[in-house]
Amino acid sequence: MEPFRRLRSRTVVLPATDIDTDQIIPARYLTTTGREGLGRHLFAGWRYAGDGTPLADFPLNRPQAAGCAILVAGRNFGCGSSREHAAWALYDYGIRVVISSEIADIFRSNALKNGLLPILVDEPLHAWLLAHPGADLEIDLEGNRLLLPDGQAVTFAIEPFARYCLLQGVDELGHLLAQLPRIEAFERETAR
Amino acid sequence: MSPRTMFDKIWQAHQVVPETVDTPAVLYVDLHLVHEVTSPQAFALLGARGLRVRRPDRTLATLDHSTPTDADELFGRVPMRDAAAAGQIAALQRNAAAAGIELLDIGDRRRGIVHVIGPELGATQPGSVIVCGDSHTSTHGACGALAFGIGTTEVGHVLATQCLLQRKPRTLAVNVAGKLGAGVTAKDLVLAIIGRLGVAGGTGQVIEYRGAAVRALTMDERMTVCNMSIEAGARAGMIAPDATTFEYLRGRPRAPAGADWERAVAAWSELPTDAGATFDREMSLDAAGIEPMISFGTNPAMVCPVGGSVPGRDDPSYRKALVYMGFAPGERLAGKPVDVVFIGSCTNSRLSDLRAAAALLRGRRVAAGIRLLVVPGSETVRRAAEAEGLAAVFTAAGGEWREPGCSMCLGMNGDLAAPGQYVVSTSNRNFEGRQGAGVRTLLASPATAAAAAIAGCIADPREFATREE
Repeated sequence: MEPFRRLRSRTVVLPATDIDTDQIIPARYLTTTGREGLGRHLFAGWRYAGDGTPLADFPLNRPQAAGCAILVAGRNFGCGSSREHAAWALYDYGIRVVISSEIADIFRSNALKNGLLPILVDEPLHAWLLAHPGADLEIDLEGNRLLLPDGQAVTFAIEPFARYCLLQGVDELGHLLAQLPRIEAFERETAR
Repeated sequence: MSPRTMFDKIWQAHQVVPETVDTPAVLYVDLHLVHEVTSPQAFALLGARGLRVRRPDRTLATLDHSTPTDADELFGRVPMRDAAAAGQIAALQRNAAAAGIELLDIGDRRRGIVHVIGPELGATQPGSVIVCGDSHTSTHGACGALAFGIGTTEVGHVLATQCLLQRKPRTLAVNVAGKLGAGVTAKDLVLAIIGRLGVAGGTGQVIEYRGAAVRALTMDERMTVCNMSIEAGARAGMIAPDATTFEYLRGRPRAPAGADWERAVAAWSELPTDAGATFDREMSLDAAGIEPMISFGTNPAMVCPVGGSVPGRDDPSYRKALVYMGFAPGERLAGKPVDVVFIGSCTNSRLSDLRAAAALLRGRRVAAGIRLLVVPGSETVRRAAEAEGLAAVFTAAGGEWREPGCSMCLGMNGDLAAPGQYVVSTSNRNFEGRQGAGVRTLLASPATAAAAAIAGCIADPREFATREE
């Protein structure tokens, strides 16, 4: 995993609430046995017409969205299925940060394991971000803060262990493997 | 010890290492269920790190998600329509064989949807921690287990260590007093609960369903309720084990037997939430006020009684959902024509669900132009339904009786409807495009689905006399 420390980018905004993982990546693209190349199917149902041509008015297809690494989405982003393909598709497309006022549990957990930073913000800031697509933001994970275009800094909460893994660019498996002696002891003590 | 919830008891009994400010808890997993769609990348992760599957004996694999429900495709008489899906099935067959994991393969008499076979085999047991790379793992909570869906990276963690790193979720009690009315089912109950909670109402929480109406549910009905916990955003849903649970599990192939059974029941009897234990949050409703429900929008909280009208709301996402569905605020749902009826999925594909649908369809015909698909949840359900004549009821009515699998719930295996079609579906998600691009899904119970198949439109199942054999 690439370390995540600081990132500066303009935002692309999808204001719909409750964007589920079937929208992020439809099930018909889940027959892969790999995790690469899913970015081209990101939001496939909303992004392309039936014949595969990009829909010009979909926010990700607008010229000003090119290169944006921060996605601002409506409340409760990533609900539904546990498919990690949703996080893989966003990352493969080039998204590194998802900001919303609420983010579904399994999606959030999957995102953090793939170098994709989910950030929860309060309602007023969320409303401002939704209303200002293209806002130039700086995300400072070392300082747990988000810098708005006017220079104002807003702190955000993030689970400390996931933050550590993102900053170091290490995955969680190493920590879990280091617990194996305790896992073995637990199995002996509980006759598992 | 101070009074504890059932969730707390199970959590504490599985903490290998408690959580700290800096690190999540290391939580032990008793049973890891695996299917073909969310596992190949996890096996690849183990391969890349030179790791082995640590406890194949605590891992059980099945084929369901991208697996054909057409007999010719399933049994190789014709090539699978989707070569990638075929590759995914082959990958699990290879990975399971290499790791020594038991796979309920094509042709196995026990194969079925992962959340149907766990309880059916008695592998799902009270007090366990059960995980699977599938959000509807919450189903297993019906037996008094802590069961939740995980992502593929976590599937790799469990394969490698039999443990997960987890922060402790909060608890939510959903108290359902009273008694469900005649013709009102567990599906209607859970749709009503999700309608009240909203699709994010359970985020970060584990639901315990409690109260007289919950105690009165059969195990199949409890599974339907727990199955849809994730549709309210909850990590898991659970119901305390009781005599109903024990009767269900007794004698199942993987359930304890003999003296072990007595010991197990004694231990399981200690699981229910202690009197005086507190939940982080509580919600209460009365079962008597619940009607047969149907969804009208593009998430499972957009529900109303089948006899009701589409509510209006001043919200752009809500309006967009109604445009997608082709519905207007204030429009009555009863009488709206439908195209396809799907009876199946981990929510409603058990024998009792098929019996409920057959009770309406017996001696009747599916309305002209309606396609009815009935997909049993497992081979065990299929054989039982064929033995007691349910399959014959469906085919005599003009329906398709298919092989077990997830099928049109998520349409990964080619079981799809056409753009613009309305599908009354006993599954769990009515998301845009879930059952095919542009398809409009209406979630309902097996009885309401059968009523729609007969009437050719949304209808109240209580208006159709049921016919027992």
